[in-house]
Amino acid sequence: MSSAVEGYAPQPPAYDPYAAPSTPMFPPPAMAGARGTDQLQVLSGGTLEARAISAWFGSNKVLERVSLTMPANTVTALIGPSGCGKSTFLRILNRMHELIGSAQLNGEVLLDGQDIYAAGHRITETRKRIGMVFQKPNPFPAMSIADNVTAGLKLTGTKVSRSEREALIERSLSRAGLWKEVKDRLKEPGAALSGGQQQRLCIARSLAVEPEVLLMDEPCSALDPTSTRRVEETIHEIREQVTIVIVTHNMQQAARVSQQCAFFLAEMGTPGGIVESGATEQIFNEPRDPRTADYVNGRFG
Amino acid sequence: MTVLLDPPSSPDNQQDRPRTLDPAAPTSDKVFHGVTLSIGVIVLVIMGAIGVFLGIQSIPTFQRYGWGFFVESQWQPEKDILGISSVLLGTFTIALVALAIAFPLALSTAIYISEFAPSRIKSFLVSMIDLMAAVPSIIWGLWGFFLIQPKAIHIAHWLHTHLGFIPFFQVDTDPDAATWAQSRYAASAFIAGIAVAMMVLPMAAAVMRQVFSQAPAGEREAALALGSTRWGMVRTVVLPFGRGGIIGGTMLSLGRALGETIAVVLIISPAFDIKFRPLEVGSESVSALIAGRFGEATSNQLKALLTAGFVLFVITLIINTLAAMIVSRSRSGALTD
Repeated sequence: MSSAVEGYAPQPPAYDPYAAPSTPMFPPPAMAGARGTDQLQVLSGGTLEARAISAWFGSNKVLERVSLTMPANTVTALIGPSGCGKSTFLRILNRMHELIGSAQLNGEVLLDGQDIYAAGHRITETRKRIGMVFQKPNPFPAMSIADNVTAGLKLTGTKVSRSEREALIERSLSRAGLWKEVKDRLKEPGAALSGGQQQRLCIARSLAVEPEVLLMDEPCSALDPTSTRRVEETIHEIREQVTIVIVTHNMQQAARVSQQCAFFLAEMGTPGGIVESGATEQIFNEPRDPRTADYVNGRFG
Repeated sequence: MTVLLDPPSSPDNQQDRPRTLDPAAPTSDKVFHGVTLSIGVIVLVIMGAIGVFLGIQSIPTFQRYGWGFFVESQWQPEKDILGISSVLLGTFTIALVALAIAFPLALSTAIYISEFAPSRIKSFLVSMIDLMAAVPSIIWGLWGFFLIQPKAIHIAHWLHTHLGFIPFFQVDTDPDAATWAQSRYAASAFIAGIAVAMMVLPMAAAVMRQVFSQAPAGEREAALALGSTRWGMVRTVVLPFGRGGIIGGTMLSLGRALGETIAVVLIISPAFDIKFRPLEVGSESVSALIAGRFGEATSNQLKALLTAGFVLFVITLIINTLAAMIVSRSRSGALTD
């Protein structure tokens, strides 16, 4: 068993899965010292804390009293078999859950100590601070690449000067690892890019509004291995400026990109919940719950 | 141990041809195919027969009047002067007024129903709009004549007073007279257009609503997740996606507005002037002309009326075909995934 788990050893933070590991992964590097200071402005992620989240679709309860703290500037991976409520949980974190007519929820989500569901908290402001990347790349097909990047500014009514706008486009595309590939064709429509490029364009679009948290709902499930690797590199590069929560079905990916991991499970006829959470290394190498061990070793799900 | 394939040798390649597959479909499929095909063909045949019939009937008129039929504005069978230029202009004026009123109403109705209405009242609103389409045109005509006309002449007068410097809002009377001539503003293309607008609104709204509801959920969520308001999402995702439906739905209702008859007959007072003053009394449309003159027509006049009908038929056919093409393109072509 121990040798099977060995294969999931997390990668070093200077991310290159093809280079020999040089720095030990754990304990994680001190976040305060690692923050990018060469940015025009110092960006930092926010801490997201879910408290006793329950969720329903109609009368069907899909999550029961789930609590999880997602610390600033950390990548938290949500893993678990299909139908265990992890995507629902993710969508609750930036108020996308309530877009579905029959959806209801209970509990609190605190962003830097403030409940995003509290009365008087503007939903648009919350979603601006907590961005989201979806399973299927969804750039605005009629807009150019450059306009896609700045779409969030336009949609939230943020005015920027022309030079600022150009700098922002370059910075966002660079952070998403796409700048070099598209810098000569910013006027082409977003739909002309490949699937992997479209997904990185969507990441750039989310980063352009400078969110504190970025939620990713299986961002690589529709991508080929090369594109997946590029997106994972991007996650490594941006996690010092933004807190990331990622849902993934790919356990190697969870091991590669995350520092913290939460294992969701919905057993026969019961709402989903977190079985075990903690440092990724512990979840994969020394899980305390036998169900976690079975799942991360591929014995079910 | 894996197996490596030898590269195919050339004699093998010679024999490599597509094999024929047994096309045998079950009898029930063949019957169903035949029935639906023949019904579809019947519809086309009826459509074509109408066109051919009208075309044949119009030959004598075209031979007699030639291009003059399209240029002449008067319709005076007793003097053997027949032409449809003023009637065509009147037809388009009424249709354009109808669209100018129906378009913003249909668009905002469609946006509200597909994007903002709570699901509880959504289906209620949809059936109310469908009910509007079910109201007979004679009722809309009476509604326009008795209820709307007394109010609409005041709107027309106001438009003339304040926007009269634009030729489109001109009426051949003094707007500032102590007692303004109400009759100069009645029975106009404007008032007929209001009634026609109510008839074309349901169709335009239904087409737009359907196209809006097909806007990709992924792009909607993307806009909302960026912190957009609902209206911002509608503007960036739904309206660009639905552009084809907006144009197509509007053109379909234009096709309907051009042919609308009974409401126009009731409201309008016939006049054969070449003018583009919809607020002013008097105008005429092709269909109203046919309905009004049909009973007293001699055989030759009947043929001339049928010719006018043929022209209208061709125009609406072209407009509806274009509209259908635009609508269908917005459904398949606008999807990028």
